[in-house]
Amino acid sequence: MKQPQTSRRNFLALAALTPFAVAATSACGTSGPGASSGNGGASMWFLSGEPNQTNMQKAVDAFNQANPDNKIAITFFQNDAYKTKIKTAIGANQAPTIIYNWGGGTLKTYAEANQVEDLTSWLDQNPDLKKKFFPSTFSAATVNGKIYALPNMYVGPIVLFYNKELFQKAGVQPPKTWDDVMSLVKTFNGMGVAPFSLGGQSRWTSMMWLEYLLDRIGGPDVFKAIFEGKPNAWMDPAVIETGTKIQELVSADGFIKGFSSITADSNADQALLYTGKAAMMLHGSWTYGPMKKDGKNFVQDGKLGFVQFPTIPGGKGDPKNGVGNPANYQSISAKASDKEKESAKKFLKDGIMTDTMIDAYINSGSVPIVNGIESKLNTSPDKDFLNFVYDLAKNAPSFQQSWDQALSPTAAEALLNNIDQLFLKSITPQQFAENMNGTLGK
Amino acid sequence: MSNAVSTAPGPTAGVRNSKQTEQRKAALAWLTIPALFFFLVFAVIPLAGVLILSFTSWDGIGAIGAAGLDNWFSVLADPGLYNALGLTFLIMIVSWLVQTPISLLLGVFTAGSQRYRAVLAVLYFLPLLLSSAAVAIAFKALLDPNFGLATGLGLPFLAQDWLGVPHLALSLVIFVIAWQFVPFHTLIYQGGVRQIPKSLYEAAQIDGAGTIKQFFHITLPQLKYTIITSSTLMVVGSLTYFDLIFVLTGGGPGNSTRILALDMYLRGFRANLMGPASVIAVILVIIGLALALFLQRLGGKDKQGSQLEGL
Repeated sequence: MKQPQTSRRNFLALAALTPFAVAATSACGTSGPGASSGNGGASMWFLSGEPNQTNMQKAVDAFNQANPDNKIAITFFQNDAYKTKIKTAIGANQAPTIIYNWGGGTLKTYAEANQVEDLTSWLDQNPDLKKKFFPSTFSAATVNGKIYALPNMYVGPIVLFYNKELFQKAGVQPPKTWDDVMSLVKTFNGMGVAPFSLGGQSRWTSMMWLEYLLDRIGGPDVFKAIFEGKPNAWMDPAVIETGTKIQELVSADGFIKGFSSITADSNADQALLYTGKAAMMLHGSWTYGPMKKDGKNFVQDGKLGFVQFPTIPGGKGDPKNGVGNPANYQSISAKASDKEKESAKKFLKDGIMTDTMIDAYINSGSVPIVNGIESKLNTSPDKDFLNFVYDLAKNAPSFQQSWDQALSPTAAEALLNNIDQLFLKSITPQQFAENMNGTLGK
Repeated sequence: MSNAVSTAPGPTAGVRNSKQTEQRKAALAWLTIPALFFFLVFAVIPLAGVLILSFTSWDGIGAIGAAGLDNWFSVLADPGLYNALGLTFLIMIVSWLVQTPISLLLGVFTAGSQRYRAVLAVLYFLPLLLSSAAVAIAFKALLDPNFGLATGLGLPFLAQDWLGVPHLALSLVIFVIAWQFVPFHTLIYQGGVRQIPKSLYEAAQIDGAGTIKQFFHITLPQLKYTIITSSTLMVVGSLTYFDLIFVLTGGGPGNSTRILALDMYLRGFRANLMGPASVIAVILVIIGLALALFLQRLGGKDKQGSQLEGL
């Protein structure tokens, strides 16, 4: 673009180079400590955004002070940017020692390419560490019977949030069934308030709707078959009904105007809920902390309501079923040096889920995935929400991991792209199912 | 003398003369080595690498396996490719149609010498100083239908779902590209206009030609090669409009702004399909080469010659 010469060779070079210039700039970022951290410690990448960024920084600082020989160097990235960056870094053998992930299909790719350490024997040697966490959290960290990641931090089910003030003004109750949802859409549109906030440009936000709808309509077995790659698993009638319901909701102006240009990374979708521009929002429980922090006194004044996802008439799924992130996960790069691995293990074991950190997570409105926290939850000012999340996670007969994390990266990208088109009504539910069916086993 | 170097010496050329020419040729050959080296390292080797990758299946993380022609068949049969190709050419053509007249007129205007023009020129060139990512983030924030400029200024008609409706998003992308790159091309035209000898205009004035006549009969023909240069940069550059669109729309909504370069990136780095992404990269190279050659042909064989000959 900035080549001022006009000779043919330069143009040939320019033309030949352009695609690579693009690939190169996106492939090799300059930031990040890479595999080596210099001081004999370990490097770690983590997500930016409050309150987790500050919490994790504090945990690292405390650990570094206590372990000057095993210092952790931490770098923060935005969610969507991180997902791309970490994959590229691993492919280029530039991964940090501690690899933050969401378990599931992506972790499986890493494990099958021998990029992450098998932690099974380490956990067997440290039974106390293994027993500390909810047992269910290990399933998304397990590939072919071996554990490749340590669950960490907190459970993140998807919750239906609502603005109590707006519900009072309208004189309505939070939805219990799909019919309630559709009638609330009419009510709020009549009031000039958007029924649902949605950060649709991020696409995984729209996916949360499909996860719950499919579970409520067809039960957890439909996605289980998809996950296992069974033939024609996406062609299940429940998938098509899910798509139909979504498009009904879109057609009824269920989502805020402009939803497909709103990103979740900027937390604009949360702002729509607490500023009263939207009445409801289906989102992860992890948005509670940011809303408490940014929403003035919206959460503190008890204006934030939360319920389980409504039931669908005639649906097979148990209304107690949950979807979302069972935990966050940390793996150790197999390419790191022994010293780095040792520092990383020490940090994972002693640094992250300390009592201080557990308290910090609870204070920021999250439910840590460690056993025996009931009494702590009950003394928190956020105890209503924390207990709601805790019970949801603990009592769910099925807790489906987020689809984009459960599936392979290839299938996940196709899924997100097709969901985007489904919400735009540029494909029919039938086409959605067919397109996705083509990704089975990929 | 300089012409004698570029044309092959005929059999009648003197011994001394041809020896000198040989020596000069040898010296020139040595001078090309650094350029050739960089061309090899940054163009030929990666190009070969991508060509090889396009015949493999690789997820970017694990081992590379041979795939034969599978990637090529699957990409060429994929309607997504034709959508991306169509969008790439659409953006290329519309961008050219929008940017060329604006930057040409602005270039002619700013080539004048009055002081206020210098101030205006500085304002015009401001977008050129911003990075594409910053431009995209700024426009995204300004156009947000709920928290953007429209709400801030109380202008509800501006509160469109600019980036959420396919045709609006595409138009907006073209607009932002023009906003960002018109200054650059204005600069090129400004330089071109200032190269035109004053004597031509003086002669035209004596003959009684007005400003508009002067523009069409002197400025425009004299700018022929500037137009070709600027167009080449626009056209070849439009193949790489990546960062701006990536940040602004991410290729969405749906696939409505998923141009070829973005399609390559999303396939490669989001979907972990390095093989098919490499196929797209090779297609991009071929299109880029073809376009650059085509535009060079437009310039004609005499393009290296001076435009001022005969003056």
